[in-house]
Amino acid sequence: MSKTITNKKHLEYLLSIKKERRNIRIVQLLIFLSFFSMWEISSKQGWINPLLFSSPSKIWSLFLEKASDGSLYIHVAFTLGETVLGFILGTLFGTLLAALLWWSPFLSRVLDPYLVVLNAMPKVALGPILIVAIGPNFGSIIAMGILISVIITTLVVYTAFQNVDENYVKVVRSFGGDKKQCFKEVILPACFPSIISSLKVNVGLSWVGVIVGEFLVSKQGLGYMIIYGFQVFNFTLVLMSLLIIAVMATLMYQGVEYLESKLIKHHS
Amino acid sequence: MAFLQLKSVGQTYFSKTSATTALEDISLSINEGEFTSILGPSGCGKSTLLSIIAGLLVPTAGSVMVNNQTVNQPHPKIGYMLQQDYLFPWKTIEDNITLGLKLRNQNSKEHIQAAFRLLKEIGLEHTKSKYPSELSGGMRQRVALVRTLATQPKMLLLDEPFSALDYQTKLKLEDLVSSTLKEHGKTAILVTHDIGEAIAMSDHVILLSSNPGRIFRTFKIPETLKSLLPFEARQHPDFSATFQQIWEELEHIEQNDHEQETS
Repeated sequence: MSKTITNKKHLEYLLSIKKERRNIRIVQLLIFLSFFSMWEISSKQGWINPLLFSSPSKIWSLFLEKASDGSLYIHVAFTLGETVLGFILGTLFGTLLAALLWWSPFLSRVLDPYLVVLNAMPKVALGPILIVAIGPNFGSIIAMGILISVIITTLVVYTAFQNVDENYVKVVRSFGGDKKQCFKEVILPACFPSIISSLKVNVGLSWVGVIVGEFLVSKQGLGYMIIYGFQVFNFTLVLMSLLIIAVMATLMYQGVEYLESKLIKHHS
Repeated sequence: MAFLQLKSVGQTYFSKTSATTALEDISLSINEGEFTSILGPSGCGKSTLLSIIAGLLVPTAGSVMVNNQTVNQPHPKIGYMLQQDYLFPWKTIEDNITLGLKLRNQNSKEHIQAAFRLLKEIGLEHTKSKYPSELSGGMRQRVALVRTLATQPKMLLLDEPFSALDYQTKLKLEDLVSSTLKEHGKTAILVTHDIGEAIAMSDHVILLSSNPGRIFRTFKIPETLKSLLPFEARQHPDFSATFQQIWEELEHIEQNDHEQETS
């Protein structure tokens, strides 16, 4: 095949990829627009109860109002701060605990049944106890965010530690490296991909923990706005908070994905 | 005085249901600068023996001495090269080859410079800031050789280092490793199941029998082959005679195994 024909074929191929991607975007946008317009129309026409389901235009005007009087920022900032702290600390403690288990096989075998029970238990059920123990404040919300993600992180990361190819450890040991150096040079860096992927799971989990924590503590934050809106039957407020949470959680997930692409470029 | 001495080394593995003897009564001594191959059927405990010499495994019987000192932990004068390169994918080539120096606390400027010189010697200076995934299998194994040599060991343990490579690369690498080790006056032990490789590279070939691994026979490689590079040795008329001889002995081992099984 001559070069010009090959080039032409290649261009056609690139064009077809581009076209497909554009079609996907268009359909995604259509779904988005039709969902919100259907919502708006059915609410206006009374097909759905506007008191319960509100409407996008009402939510938007409430959003503008709350944004202009500044009260929204405080709530968003609180929830976001708690979530970020919860998921960073959850991942950190989980990884530390996994390291401890890796360090001492004895401890790992002793703790095994306890970890299974703790993992199976619904952590949000501990909420009331946390509030009694720590107090109805910031602290118990963070604790909730950590608690919900720490055990699963421990289990996932510990499994990853165990699955590192023994031969890398052998290389370090043949150079006289001790257990600490094996961990630092091999086990931990080899498991960065698993740690990052547990970070991804923890973004979602921490939102659950923090929102439930705010339900219970009921002082401020998006969770508080939801529970307050529910109590005073202001579902516009509830739905607005929900939409903000959806946007925030997505942004955070994207952030972790960006981090992933930066950190583990060379792991294969 | 022999550089390395093994005195009736034995290794038994225990499990819940059984005790398996992998090695029994292995005694040998190797002088400085010699290249020795350990040849045997798979499962004869070759790699176990190498791990013991490397100090990664403490034998259940007997002892290993280097320069008349008992080895019971990885010795700084012994380098170990594995079946595959096991370069760390998250480290650059530069960080990979200086890993041993870092772990042995020898990362002075001179030592690092010496490692870079070695990298240049094997023709891979341009890969310093690359990552292992950007290199071919043969190049990676060459980098692994530099990593092992960087700590300036006196003796190298090679655990089938060419088995994962394609034939052409393997032949080229045999020449490179052989000449590099000779040039730097290193003692070496190669574990392999490839008879040709053992003959082409070494001064002595030790044949192990299996179940349990024992020294079956030791061959001296003819002077005519010793002085040649592995690739040239393979072409030499003495090569096929030696090959035949070792081949027959290996057959012998297998027959013995069969008889043991049937009796």
